[in-house]
Amino acid sequence: MLRPTPFSSLHGSNRSFPRVAVTAGFILTTASCARAPAIFGTYGLAADRIAVLGWVFTIVGCAVLAVVSVLLVMALTRRRKRIAESDESTLEYSGSDHAVRWILIGGIAIPAVILFFTFLVTLVIQAEVSSPPRKAVATIEVTGHRWWWEAKYVEADSSETAITANEIHVPVGEPVRLVLLSADVIHSFWVPRLAGKTDVIPGSRNTMWIQADKPGVYWGECAEYCGLQHSHMNFTVVAESPEAFRSWLAIQRQPAAVATDTATDTLIARGLDTFRRSGCAACHSIRGTDAQGRIGPDLTHLASRNLIAAGTLTNTRGNLAGWISNAQALKPGSGMPAMKLSSQDLKTLLAYLETLK
Amino acid sequence: MAVTTAPMESTEQLNRIWETRPGLFGVLGTVDHKTIGKRYLITAFVFFLLGGLAASVMRWQLSRPEMHLLSPEAYNQLFTMHGVTMIFLFASPILSGFSNYLWPLMIGARDMAFPRVNALSYWTFVMSGIFIYSSVLIGQAPDGGWFAYVPMTELAYSPGLNMDFYALGMIFLSISTTIGAINFVVTFFKLRAPGMSLNRVPVILWGTLSASVMIVFAAPALTAACILLFFDRHFGMHFFDAASGGQPLLWQHLFWMFGHPWVYIVVLPAIGLASDMIPTFARRPLVGYTFVVLSTITTAILGFGVWVHHMFATGLPQMAMTFFSAASMMIAIPSGVSIFAWIATLWHGRPRFRTPLLFLGGFIILFVIGGINGVMTAPVPFDWQLTDSYFIVAHIHYVLVGINVFPVFGALYYWLPKMTGRMLSERIGRWVFWLMFIGANVAFFPMHITGMLGMPRRIYTYQAGLGWTDLNVITTVGAYIFALGVGLFIFDFFRSLKHGAIAGNNPWDAPTLEWSVSSPPPPYNFAVIPVVRSRHPLWAERLGEASSTAGPELPVLEDGRETIGTSMLDSRPQEVLLMPEDSIWPFLLSSALLVFFYGILTSLWWLAIIGAVGLATTMTGWFWPSAPPDDHSRLLPVES
Repeated sequence: MLRPTPFSSLHGSNRSFPRVAVTAGFILTTASCARAPAIFGTYGLAADRIAVLGWVFTIVGCAVLAVVSVLLVMALTRRRKRIAESDESTLEYSGSDHAVRWILIGGIAIPAVILFFTFLVTLVIQAEVSSPPRKAVATIEVTGHRWWWEAKYVEADSSETAITANEIHVPVGEPVRLVLLSADVIHSFWVPRLAGKTDVIPGSRNTMWIQADKPGVYWGECAEYCGLQHSHMNFTVVAESPEAFRSWLAIQRQPAAVATDTATDTLIARGLDTFRRSGCAACHSIRGTDAQGRIGPDLTHLASRNLIAAGTLTNTRGNLAGWISNAQALKPGSGMPAMKLSSQDLKTLLAYLETLK
Repeated sequence: MAVTTAPMESTEQLNRIWETRPGLFGVLGTVDHKTIGKRYLITAFVFFLLGGLAASVMRWQLSRPEMHLLSPEAYNQLFTMHGVTMIFLFASPILSGFSNYLWPLMIGARDMAFPRVNALSYWTFVMSGIFIYSSVLIGQAPDGGWFAYVPMTELAYSPGLNMDFYALGMIFLSISTTIGAINFVVTFFKLRAPGMSLNRVPVILWGTLSASVMIVFAAPALTAACILLFFDRHFGMHFFDAASGGQPLLWQHLFWMFGHPWVYIVVLPAIGLASDMIPTFARRPLVGYTFVVLSTITTAILGFGVWVHHMFATGLPQMAMTFFSAASMMIAIPSGVSIFAWIATLWHGRPRFRTPLLFLGGFIILFVIGGINGVMTAPVPFDWQLTDSYFIVAHIHYVLVGINVFPVFGALYYWLPKMTGRMLSERIGRWVFWLMFIGANVAFFPMHITGMLGMPRRIYTYQAGLGWTDLNVITTVGAYIFALGVGLFIFDFFRSLKHGAIAGNNPWDAPTLEWSVSSPPPPYNFAVIPVVRSRHPLWAERLGEASSTAGPELPVLEDGRETIGTSMLDSRPQEVLLMPEDSIWPFLLSSALLVFFYGILTSLWWLAIIGAVGLATTMTGWFWPSAPPDDHSRLLPVES
């Protein structure tokens, strides 16, 4: 498991990025960044308890399957007619009285006892996971869009709201409350290693809590069919020490490092100008600038993220170039149009975006 | 029970009366339940192949990460049509085919209660299928999933005709399903042969009866949902539009109030088929017949009380969800009753291995797996991990392939000889079974694991490095092995028509009435309506049951298309029912409906009006009274 690393190729010498990026099609290898998802082998309190419930049902289920299979095979084979026996017309008609006991015991009594026991276990676990162990230390408003996740860290003082996309940080060992919203259709927020899933439904406000008990990067997915790019609507939950979390959050609250054209580096200044001229602000916001678009993700701290395009690509210069140039080739149907930028404009834009740490 | 034979002139007369007229009128106008049953079977099987074709392409796309065989839109249309085709156009109609063909033969009747309605249910089925599939021809097949959740299927997010084909197609199809169900219910209660009291009725009748009653109550929920969706999409309504005070979850409630009963509708008749086949191969009557019948009815009732388990992740109140969670666990018990009834029957019998029994053994194992992984989704918190993942895909395929497809294939090997007069091949049959059984398990078992590794449903591709790739390859291989088995069956079927062994009346030495007539049966089914004194008419003497030949003999009933109407519980003869002749009205009415629905779909209101006028005209023609006494049944003298 790798710790997330800030985007750091500011000093790289990769010159042929646009075409190389697009044709090479750098697609994420998840294992390089996040722990692959699973519902057993969990790292969060809610998922841990649910896994216990899951093991109970899985083991009981497998036991029932084994017993019934053995009984069936025995029933089929113990007195089967051999091919040589030619008397087809005989019938077996031993009295059914004790045969009905099969049904009463195997079909009613035993299943009822098993199901009663498993239902009790269910109620215990359900009570445990319905609320966090203690008060949540943070509240994050998560909004599902087609096809990306917006995360807003809600504070009492709204001037300090951190807004990010597709990467949610949480402090290790602390419960965090999520308020789940949708901007369009029904999606579902699912981080298997940490908790069960909850749908985001337009017009509704669902809430859930998560707690990660080990530091790491956890893979998250949209789990409700939501259209063309439901497959590429992923995100990560990054669990880190409370101190690291607070310093991350402090940075995320800040407006963009470079917000005006008076940057000392003219390449970067021209990049901000490219951003404005190319219409990016129609969809994206960069806090501190006049870019206030709400359709696509907030880019204020784009360079601090591991992945882009909702978990589709690692956040490298080449991938970012490829995404900007031809998002439709990488994520057809997504809201990001293929931007026709000259290679010079792209270069300046990338230089600017790299400052958004 | 010895079949009472009729004199030769009577059989000739009966042939003349009951035979379908030759030529186009006969093809379009036949009301013979056997022909309609065979048409249902063939049409449903064609849809099975189309749905399987969609799945085969999907599995190729999913066999490796980030494949580009299909665009996202193409994949979304394929997976939606796979679901719609299999669930609506195959799973229920194939069982209607068996029920339609077998019921009158099993209950000693000459036809179903409403033969023209029977024809109408077939024609509306095939035309609604054509309607839905015509969307493929213009590349706008439904793409919102077979469950069509709003708001994604509202006009804003689904601007094309895709979901209009879906909404209107479902309404059209529900006409077929509902009238077919009503026909079954009335036939069950009024057309059984004298003496066939309720406790002597083959289990397939109980299964189809339960499913039919469920249909009558469940189908309106889907029809309502689709009408509301269509109104939202095209008439400016906001039933599901949250921004205007509507409720997205209303769709889910309406859909699953229909959808959950529907999954029992597509398995209860198949369970009935299995319960009727197992005794033949166990060489003994079914153990616990009453328990099996009661468990069928209990499942049908409980099936209306579990629908919220499809919505556990939507944020509903915990108390409400817990109730449905408990009900979803309880519904496993009637299934357990049936399974142990079958095991007990085989245990206390002398199993004779023929191809149908292989499919029945496979069916029981797959049923148990599907039932267990279903119960695993009943606890709410664990369902929060499992729902919308490939674990559910595993569950649905184990229950659908296991409890519908496998009994169906067993039933094909068992009853096709009755329909065609030719046996299928035992040798090829074994190959078909093992390819399908191994293929199904290789395809679907890994999905339990893929789901537990976090793979969501309804994705057109996935990324490398998530641990899903190898399992998807295995699943794809399994799917193609299964397809090979199905292909081999088709080969065996066509081969058997020319080269299969002659079946004779009762090749399996089975107990029920359909095996007392020739293979294929004469158009009039029974020359003389039998009097039934046993649950196993053809085994009664060997089992030492009540003598079957005593009792009043019924008249041959050769003055036109006649059969006996009996009382509901004890099946005492009450009247002679006059059955309709072949009629063109069902075909014309269905055609008018097709025109009507195309008019609505395309917003060509003149076309819709033509269809509506056609509908009114054909209904008038259908109901136009004919001169007495031709349309009157006559009562029989009351017997003590």
